[in-house]
Amino acid sequence: MSIWLRVLYAFISVSVATVYGLMLGGIVRKIYARVHGRYGPPVWQPFLDIIQTHSRRVAVSHGNMFLLGPVFRLAGGLGTYLFIPVIYGSAVFGNFSMAGDLLLVMYFIFFGQLGMALGAGNGGHPYSPLGIARGLAQMSTFEVPFSLAVIAVAIQYGSLNITTIVAAQQGGFMNWTLFTNPLAVIAAMISLLGMNMHSPFSIVLAPQEIPIGPPIEMNSSFLGILQTNRGLFAAAKLVLFMNLFFGGATNLLEMVAKTFMIYMFSVFVGAAYPRFRPEQSFRFFLKWPTIIGVLSIIFISYFGGVL
Amino acid sequence: MSKKHIDEIEKQMKLANAGLPEKEQGLFENTRPTTVDAFNKYYEGFLNWARSRSLWMLAFGTGCGATELRPLMTSRYDMSRYGIAPRPTPRQASVFVVGGYASIKTIKRIVRSYEQMQGPKYVIALGSCTINGGMYYDSYNTINRLDYYIPVDVYIAGCMPRPEALIAGFKRLKEKIRAGECEGMNDYVEKFDWYKENQKQIIKDWNMPDYNW
Repeated sequence: MSIWLRVLYAFISVSVATVYGLMLGGIVRKIYARVHGRYGPPVWQPFLDIIQTHSRRVAVSHGNMFLLGPVFRLAGGLGTYLFIPVIYGSAVFGNFSMAGDLLLVMYFIFFGQLGMALGAGNGGHPYSPLGIARGLAQMSTFEVPFSLAVIAVAIQYGSLNITTIVAAQQGGFMNWTLFTNPLAVIAAMISLLGMNMHSPFSIVLAPQEIPIGPPIEMNSSFLGILQTNRGLFAAAKLVLFMNLFFGGATNLLEMVAKTFMIYMFSVFVGAAYPRFRPEQSFRFFLKWPTIIGVLSIIFISYFGGVL
Repeated sequence: MSKKHIDEIEKQMKLANAGLPEKEQGLFENTRPTTVDAFNKYYEGFLNWARSRSLWMLAFGTGCGATELRPLMTSRYDMSRYGIAPRPTPRQASVFVVGGYASIKTIKRIVRSYEQMQGPKYVIALGSCTINGGMYYDSYNTINRLDYYIPVDVYIAGCMPRPEALIAGFKRLKEKIRAGECEGMNDYVEKFDWYKENQKQIIKDWNMPDYNW
C-alpha cells in the first residue's frame, strides 16, 4: 500500500473516530438531561462548542509549555488511536496496527496526560497543579489493574499485537475474552471507570471543588484542541477495550454498537454514584481491582495460558 | 522622529500599573489591550451563529438576582436546551451574567473577571439594581449603573426578574450576536481610559494591574 493511501485512510479513520466520540458525548448529555427530566442540549452541541472556542478573537498564553500542552494532549490521543485496529480486516480502519502495538498504545495513554501536566502547570493557576496531582495519582493507580488485565490477555493469547488478539476471539461470542478470561475483563472495566473520569472517579475535573482542574487556564483555541482530543481519545479507549475484551468488530455498525454499550457502563455507574474523595479513589483502585487483576493472571496461567 | 520621542510614545502606550507595590510591578503585564477586528462578513456570520448557539456563562452571583439562575440551570427551566452552559472559569466563559447589585468590593472582582474573559465577550446585567441602583439607589456601598464600569449588552429589568425573563434576555442577546451588534470587547478597549477612570473613582484600594491579562 502506498504511503499516501495510508495517510488518506488514517485521515478518514481519525475523522470518523473524532465525530463519533463527540457525538457520543452529546448523546450522553442528552441521556443525563432526560434522566433529570430536562429536554437537554442538542446532540451536536459538542461541535458547536468547538467552533465557538475556536472563534474567539484573542487567546492568552502563559509560556511555551502552555502552548505545547494541548498539542501533547492531542498527540497522545492521535497516538493512542492510530495504533489500534478499529475494524478487524478493514484496510481503511485498520490503522497502523503492528507487532507489539498494545505496549505502544498503553504508553500513549499515559503520554497525553504527562504533556497536559507540563502545559497546565505553566498556567500558574493554583487549581491546575491540584488537578494534575489528582489526575496523575489516579492514573497511576488505575493503570495497575488495567496493566494486570492486559498482561493476563497477553499471556492468554501469547501476543502483544492487537490484531492477533482480535483474530483469536473471532468465531462466536463464546470466544470473547469476556467469557474465556472474565476476571481480567472485570479488572479492566473497573479501571475504565477511572479512565473515563465519570463519577465516582471524577476527582480530576471536579467542577464544584477545583473548577475543572488542569484546563482551568486553557482558553480559546487551546481549549478547542482539548475538546477535539476528548472526542478522539474517548473513541480510542472504547475501541481498545472492544478489541481486547469484547471480540473486536468486523464492520462499523458492530463497532458503534459495542463501544456504545461499553461507554454506557461507565455512564450508568456515573449516574448512580457520587464522587469519591481523592484518597478514597486511589485506595479503591489499589484494593479490589488489583486483587482481581492478579487473580486473573493466576487463573489464566494455570487454567488457560498459551493453548 | 528621534529615539527619545519613540521611547516617550512607547511609555505612554504602556499601562502605569501604579496601584501595585513597586517590587511587584515587574511581575505583571503592562501592555494596553488592543481592538481586534471582525473577520469578513460571511465567515463572521457563521462564527456568530456558532457563538450564539453555544453560550458559556460565567454566573457572578453578586446579589439576590443569582437566586434566579438556579431554577434556570436545573430541570424546571433547563437552559441547556438553548445551548447555554455554566462555565466555572472566566478564561473559558463568553457571557458574563452579573446577578444583581454590585457592591464596591464586588465591582473590583467584576472588572477582574471581565478583563480575564477572552473576547468576543458579552455581558448580561440582571435586575433593576444594575440599571439604576434599584432599591439600593442611595446605598453608600453599591454602584448604581453597571455600564459605567463595563460595557453591557443586555439588561433584564425586574426585582428580581423571573427565569422566563432571563430566558427572554438570553434570546435577545442571541439576536444581537447574530446581527453582529455585540462588540463590547472592542468598545471597552476604545473607551479604555474612560472606563478606568470610572472604576478607579469608585474602587479606592486599587491594588491590581490596570488591565488583568
